[in-house]
Amino acid sequence: MKALRRWARQSTSWLRSARDEDVLQAEIDEHIAMEAAENVRAGLSAAEARRWALLKFGSVEAAKESYRDQRSLPLMETLAHDMRHMLRRLRKTPGFTAAVLVTLALGIGANTAIFGVIDSILIRPLAYPHADALVSVSHTAAGLPGLPGDLGCSPSMYFTYREANQTFEHFGVWTSGGASLTGVAEPELPRTLFVTFGVLDAIGVKPLLGRWFSEADDAPGSPETVMLTYGYWQRRFGGDKSILGRVLTIDSKPRTVIGVMPEGFRFRHDPELILPRRLERAALSLGPFDSQGIARLRPGVSLTQANADVARMLRIWGSAWPLPPGMDSAPFRNARLGPRVQPLKQEIVGDIGAALWIVMGTLGMVLLIACANVANLLLVRAEGRQQELAIRAALGAGWGRIVQEMLLESMILGVLGGALGLGLASAGLHLLSANGPDTLPRLAEIGIDPLVLAFALGVSLFSGALFGVIPAFKYGGPHVATALRGVGRTFSYGPERLRARNVLVVVQVALALVLLISSGLMIRTFQQLRRVQPGFSHPEQIQILHSIIPETVAKDPERVMRMQNEIMDRLAAIRGVTSVGFGTAAPLESFLGGGNTVYPEDQRFTESQVSVMRQIRKVAPGFFKTMGTRIVAGREFTWTDLYEKRRVAIISENLAREWWGDPRAALGKRIREAGPADPWREIVGVVENVYDNGVQVRPPAFAYWPALMDRYIWSGENEFAVGAGMFAIRSSRTATEGLLTEARQAIWSVNGRQPVFLVTTLKALYEQSMARTSFTLVMLAIAGAMALVLGIVGIYGVIAYTVSQRTREIGIRTALGAQPAGLLAMFVRHGLLLAGVGAAIGLAAAAGLTRLMSSLLFGVTALDPATYAAVLALLIIAAVLASYLPARRAMAVDPVQALQAE
Amino acid sequence: MKDSDVRQGTLALMVLKTLDVLGPLHGWGIARRIEQISGDLLTVNQGTLYPVLLKLEQEGSIASEWGASENNRKARFYRLTRQGHKQLQAEARSWEQTATIIERFFAVKAQDLE
Repeated sequence: MKALRRWARQSTSWLRSARDEDVLQAEIDEHIAMEAAENVRAGLSAAEARRWALLKFGSVEAAKESYRDQRSLPLMETLAHDMRHMLRRLRKTPGFTAAVLVTLALGIGANTAIFGVIDSILIRPLAYPHADALVSVSHTAAGLPGLPGDLGCSPSMYFTYREANQTFEHFGVWTSGGASLTGVAEPELPRTLFVTFGVLDAIGVKPLLGRWFSEADDAPGSPETVMLTYGYWQRRFGGDKSILGRVLTIDSKPRTVIGVMPEGFRFRHDPELILPRRLERAALSLGPFDSQGIARLRPGVSLTQANADVARMLRIWGSAWPLPPGMDSAPFRNARLGPRVQPLKQEIVGDIGAALWIVMGTLGMVLLIACANVANLLLVRAEGRQQELAIRAALGAGWGRIVQEMLLESMILGVLGGALGLGLASAGLHLLSANGPDTLPRLAEIGIDPLVLAFALGVSLFSGALFGVIPAFKYGGPHVATALRGVGRTFSYGPERLRARNVLVVVQVALALVLLISSGLMIRTFQQLRRVQPGFSHPEQIQILHSIIPETVAKDPERVMRMQNEIMDRLAAIRGVTSVGFGTAAPLESFLGGGNTVYPEDQRFTESQVSVMRQIRKVAPGFFKTMGTRIVAGREFTWTDLYEKRRVAIISENLAREWWGDPRAALGKRIREAGPADPWREIVGVVENVYDNGVQVRPPAFAYWPALMDRYIWSGENEFAVGAGMFAIRSSRTATEGLLTEARQAIWSVNGRQPVFLVTTLKALYEQSMARTSFTLVMLAIAGAMALVLGIVGIYGVIAYTVSQRTREIGIRTALGAQPAGLLAMFVRHGLLLAGVGAAIGLAAAAGLTRLMSSLLFGVTALDPATYAAVLALLIIAAVLASYLPARRAMAVDPVQALQAE
Repeated sequence: MKDSDVRQGTLALMVLKTLDVLGPLHGWGIARRIEQISGDLLTVNQGTLYPVLLKLEQEGSIASEWGASENNRKARFYRLTRQGHKQLQAEARSWEQTATIIERFFAVKAQDLE
């Protein structure tokens, strides 16, 4: 404790050193004066008294010296001294300092930013209480090899799992989608989370106001309730505290607001409303797997135990529930369901981790290149100081002290650069969390926390040490004294002087090549994605808007359809509109939901694929024409089909091939949706596949029903028409305010009480679907560009420096008759040699490393020859340029001046 | 080396004891007092007192402030802190123990061991 306190005082003493010195001097003077006064009292003369006093005190300097040693730590003293000295030097060379700091700030900033992203997405736990006990419950299906992702839960599983589990504290299932909010000033369709009892309890985030759903809210027949999330409550109701108990009309039903979730509450798809999901137990069967399961594990339960528990419950479930109507048990047997309980975080984060680590890796390489560049600059500087260092060594400075000083300098540069980089990173993260792709999970949580700060500091110190070690050991070593001899007129620079710098440049070029190839591969991937026929054409021309005809305006399905028809006619009459389509959702809007299982009539369900979810869209005539979806066989729906309520259907090409091998063979076959009430419908057309989940994902199979039907599973024996739907307008004026205004007027001229929302263009949806790829692409392209620039600067620097150092040699050569062109070629060859060796190493490294990113690639292999060739060519051209420019200066050398110099 | 360590240790203990007995005192006063009692320990080297005072102050055993000396000159006065008091007691006790042991050790004559 005592020693600690002393150390604390000592290590901060340099803050007060000047004052302390004066105080000590005053104290010593005083001491001697008192001793002298005492001696005078004893009878000595004034001069004699003072002499004796001084004698008795002993050496003033020795006392001061040992006082100083006691006052502070000697190491701190020299550090403080070195630091002052160094900062002065850095101020005197602003160009050098700025170059180093900018390079480091970019390198460290980029790495800190991406680490911030990784930290908030992958490392930090989810923002729920005891989030590590939260798991998602889904299923593997070994018998369904084509299945994209896992199989969710069926509503019937909710009851089995809730009642029979031995490992869950809470369990519930949820789905997401939209729900229309009407009866307010501006009707709209908020993003909605549908939860059973147990989901909110599992998550464990307490509501800010009111209460959670209870089991009673789930029971059919009880009063309808709804919860709001904080953002929606603020935006829509201005944070009105009296919201509890208010009745909102949602999906045409009055529902009482019972609670508001707190600000920090996040869930998948960022919901605005939370509705209880009411499942009617008696009507449930084994399928469909349309829900997501979430559970909180009991304390002490492991994932293995939970998985075993679900495996056990799957057997109970399989025999406890009836088969869906019209199906035998084969598809369920053949699907071979297995449990897949995984941490919720893992499920949310998904495969984004791979892309992030790759970006982090590439930015790490950029930092290495930046360090190499800074090391190069420091080498040049150390070279300039060589004589000074040699003299200091000759005067007795220990080489440890010199190395310490050089390392300190690089560390300080590293930390200063890191501080600037932290600023850049924080700005970058702000930008990212405001404009990042929606597909980036947990986007809103991104920011700088202590871990990121520690990372930035660590990286700064590491880089400082990294680029400081090279010059420190090259010039701080015990051989410095020889340098004294090596500087002078008679000396020309041998190649070994440049070795360290050559090596650095080779490393830079190799790293830059790897990065350029990675970004090249991403560019090729993007091109390939662009080349995919997405199942629609010219998406930039398609304006999309959603609208709802509320039940209060029209209830009769035929009447609803006639209104939609009239709206379509009026939209088509707008200037510049070529065609209008109507349906439940546009392509790439599968997040709005609408999947179910579909069965063909002529095949008994021995094929296991039968229980797979298909996308269902209800469309009106003109939908495919407007989207530009090609009709492969048969025809589109007609208005006669709709108004005569013919039982017709259109399917996608991949579904036709799956069941009948050929699109033409599908015509005339009959299919229906799962459920007792759905009638068989005859296939009249087969259309091109639509990449509904994004172009890099296999297109899902589609069944299209008419927008007006005489019977449908969701309406029982009654007619059905699409009341909430999407209008697609193909026009040359898409996305202009004029078109939107006229389109709204057209809708409101038919029905003035109709909300218009989710206004977008198909192009925007298309780009959103490629957001993750373009995010990775942009990050890698930035890294690649930085690497290329830094690499070029590296080559340029070395050649320029070589030229300046070999001026005398050039002068001699010119005097002896060397041709300028030959001299130029000599330097360019040097640059090319460095680039060539670097490129060869880089190619080998790239061949190994790009394999890691194959999961991000699409339509191109990790060893794509075109990319490798293009990048290599680019790099060689850049290297020639980077060496040609400084080498030209060699031609301008005047031999007379060169030989007279120095 | 070790010698000066021991001496510094004893010097520190003497400083503490001096301040305990005489109350707040300036550097010269402390030096005089130690000189009077210990004879030659500080006779030719009063300067060595100051690093010891600094060390004690850094450790928190003593504190200092500027005040006026007897003949109205500005002087730095040192005083014992509460912690210094405790330290003095502890060290005095351990010093006594050590002294007793050493004394006994030297009192033992060769024949006593037989």
